[in-house]
Amino acid sequence: MENNAAAMGQTAVEMRNITKTFGQVVANDKVCMSLRHGEILALLGENGSGKTTLMNMLSGIYLQDSGDILVCNRPVTIRSPKDAYALGIGMIHQHFKLVDVLTAGENIVLGLDGKGTLNRREINRQVSEIAQKYGFDIDPAKKVYNMAVSEKQTVEIIKALYRGADILILDEPTAVLTPQETTKLFDVLRMMKSHGKSIIIITHKLNEVLEISDRVAILRKGEYIATVETAQTNQQDLTEMMVGRRVKLEIDRPAVPRGERKLNVKGLTCVSREGVTKLSHVSFEAFGGEILGVAGVAGSGQKELCEAITGLRPLASGSIHYRYHKGEMVIEENIAGMRADQIAQRGVSLAFVPEDRLGMGLVANMNIVDNVILRSYQDSRGLLVNRKKYRPICEQMIKDLDIVTPGLTTPVRRLSGGNVQKVLLGREILSRPQVLVCAYPVRGLDIVSSYRIYSLLNAEKEKGNAVIFIGEDLDVLMDLCDRVLVLCGGHVSGIVDPRQCTKEEIGLMMTRVGTEKDGEGA
Amino acid sequence: MTHHHEPWVRVVKRTHISKQKAMLYRVLALLGALLAGALLMALLGYNPIQMYQDMVSGAVGKSILAINKKGVLAFSTSSQATMKIVTLLLVTALGLTMAFKMRFWNIGGEGQILVGAISCSYIAIRFGDTWPQWLLLTVMFIVACIGGGLYGLLPALFKARWGTNETLFTLMLNYIAIHFITFLQYQPTWQIQGTNFPKIRDFAASTRLPTVLGVHAGWIIALVLAVLVYLYFAKTKQGYEVSVVGESTNTARYAGMKVSRIILRTMFISGAICGFAGFLQVSGADGSLTTDTASGAGFTAITVAWLSGMNPLLMIIYSVFIAILERGAGRIQTTMGIPKSAADMLIGIILFFMLGVEFFINYRLVFRAGRVGKEAKAV
Repeated sequence: MENNAAAMGQTAVEMRNITKTFGQVVANDKVCMSLRHGEILALLGENGSGKTTLMNMLSGIYLQDSGDILVCNRPVTIRSPKDAYALGIGMIHQHFKLVDVLTAGENIVLGLDGKGTLNRREINRQVSEIAQKYGFDIDPAKKVYNMAVSEKQTVEIIKALYRGADILILDEPTAVLTPQETTKLFDVLRMMKSHGKSIIIITHKLNEVLEISDRVAILRKGEYIATVETAQTNQQDLTEMMVGRRVKLEIDRPAVPRGERKLNVKGLTCVSREGVTKLSHVSFEAFGGEILGVAGVAGSGQKELCEAITGLRPLASGSIHYRYHKGEMVIEENIAGMRADQIAQRGVSLAFVPEDRLGMGLVANMNIVDNVILRSYQDSRGLLVNRKKYRPICEQMIKDLDIVTPGLTTPVRRLSGGNVQKVLLGREILSRPQVLVCAYPVRGLDIVSSYRIYSLLNAEKEKGNAVIFIGEDLDVLMDLCDRVLVLCGGHVSGIVDPRQCTKEEIGLMMTRVGTEKDGEGA
Repeated sequence: MTHHHEPWVRVVKRTHISKQKAMLYRVLALLGALLAGALLMALLGYNPIQMYQDMVSGAVGKSILAINKKGVLAFSTSSQATMKIVTLLLVTALGLTMAFKMRFWNIGGEGQILVGAISCSYIAIRFGDTWPQWLLLTVMFIVACIGGGLYGLLPALFKARWGTNETLFTLMLNYIAIHFITFLQYQPTWQIQGTNFPKIRDFAASTRLPTVLGVHAGWIIALVLAVLVYLYFAKTKQGYEVSVVGESTNTARYAGMKVSRIILRTMFISGAICGFAGFLQVSGADGSLTTDTASGAGFTAITVAWLSGMNPLLMIIYSVFIAILERGAGRIQTTMGIPKSAADMLIGIILFFMLGVEFFINYRLVFRAGRVGKEAKAV
């Protein structure tokens, strides 16, 4: 592979001293990058390091404030995605830009100049031809709304190829894929490379960088750090360049004896307003002193599960028994059908860190104090909100969790993603929950912040509380959790012990229902 | 350089702007507005300097406070009329702010004022000659608030239940209220006894609010109300809930708030405050009920609320500002013979600048030439 790239070795794209600012935020500060013909270049960096911004300038979404872009050694100005395609550059964005009600083929030709009529048969033939050449599976006549996430990604890639892209940029393409789908995608990428395409893949997953790329360009906080040959580096070195200092890469899983059963969910079924079954007969138990992971392809019912057990979503059927301590008493109660406020009134100590941090968990325009009182402002008597009482609590929380903020009065939307999450999780932990539900708590966080969150969750586990962790990164789920529940299309396809199964086994369960609960009872 | 194809101007969002700078921009906008207005008037053949002088003197007279003929300190005659407008605008803007903070676009202030006014007018006409003043005023106040409140509750109910659009709903309710007054003007029990002229009769003296410094006491109540509304949002649980619901109903639900109850409660208060403004008009300013009782204040107050960025205390300043504009525009029509349409254009220009400056406070423009210049320096 390396030989091939070296042989083709000429520069396809060169970006020189690119600077881009948004207000006072410098997203890219004099960043340089070069892509050779026929190579796969990994663009590595933490969230917020400016990878996507840099690529958005190459694909015509943004225009740089200063700096030059050269394509095939020729200086160019890329003002729109159309300009980019004219230069043979196509980008596959993290959030797909497809029209749901159109077919794959229609989406692929959408927006192209041409005559007033569509020759669908001819389009489909061309699409199938491209698919065959690179090893894609695609049905050009299938509607996008009927597609799985990986199929939509395929459409996006073919769309770029159909428009004659020789330089492909993929933004976090594996974030939405199962391990099997990732392997398949990588095969396709290698095939495209062998056909002379140049590929940039944006990622923050080190194992993927090592597996697929020829060279790695590293960004850190908007600055360019280095470009290295993949064959001459390793995970530890890459992390150090990415983070700026040495970081321990293992995730702790402290051994804690399993406590009492905190939560017993039986036959939980949820139907959306449109009549679509989102959860179907979901049953599981959560115990004190353990972290129960929930794995699944995006949209397999994770959100519905969280909202159902926290009283934010009506149930079609099923029971949810909470066992909790109220003073000296131990109470086990079915809270199915109760609303969140009713559950809170019962004194059920349940905390929930929702996926949508600024749209649900926090109020973006309010400061830390006003956000911390969100779930407990009713506790004080009288008509007035008691902010004074919470000020020292917030100051303590800022200190304990190393929250970086200009002050207590700064709106939380101005904080970085990691600090926003710390405020949210910090508040939920303040309520001393016995069950803590976290939906994607490390999404978008840098490595240091992520490890901080893992240790906070482990601390809850060691206190004897039950933690439910909805995750997307299988490696993390397998390293952190004591048991992993796998969701597939709203069904539980199994609950396994991650110490006794492989990533591939879980990957299979994510796409296929009906595997027996082979790992149950760890 | 290879940037010749770069766009000529780009709009960039600001992340932060200091308070002083924002204030400076607003002052500059006001100056720009006055300048543009002067230009317009000069083009139409009027003396702009004299016009602005007339506007100010028309709004406040020679001085704001003066010793009147009876030898008592009071607002000058011109200021009195202005203060009545200030009171009406301020109270209505405070009422609308309750809803706006919740992102509930209540543009039915006009209707809520009128229903408040109609409700208490009924009491004034029915019991004006029999009840003592303290009882009349108390009952009129309560009835006006309830009337306006219920009129505000109606769209909220539909919104909470069926998700109807509150903007259209509240707008349409305005016209129902206005035409209901026209209907009342033809009712013998509401007309001057013994006539059938379509006009509602003047109310008994006992239904009138006492005056302070020559203006009905409503202006003091309005100032107190501004502080109360400020405290409501800054200190109370209810105010906090309104802000959270306004930011995101999802978050509110997550926090265990009863969202529909909060929407209903807040819209009742919003309508009640507007209804209270109607009471002040009927009992304080006019002493009767006409189709002009609200005189567009329900709409002008929207401008006041937005100009002050929903800050109840700033609303005091902006309602004075707008009241002066309105009165001044009236004055120059009589003193200089400027047509009403031209005077309205002038107000439009000034408000356009004042609202438009918010764009430049939130965004800045980057010009191509400026950037190349900067780079050249760097090189």
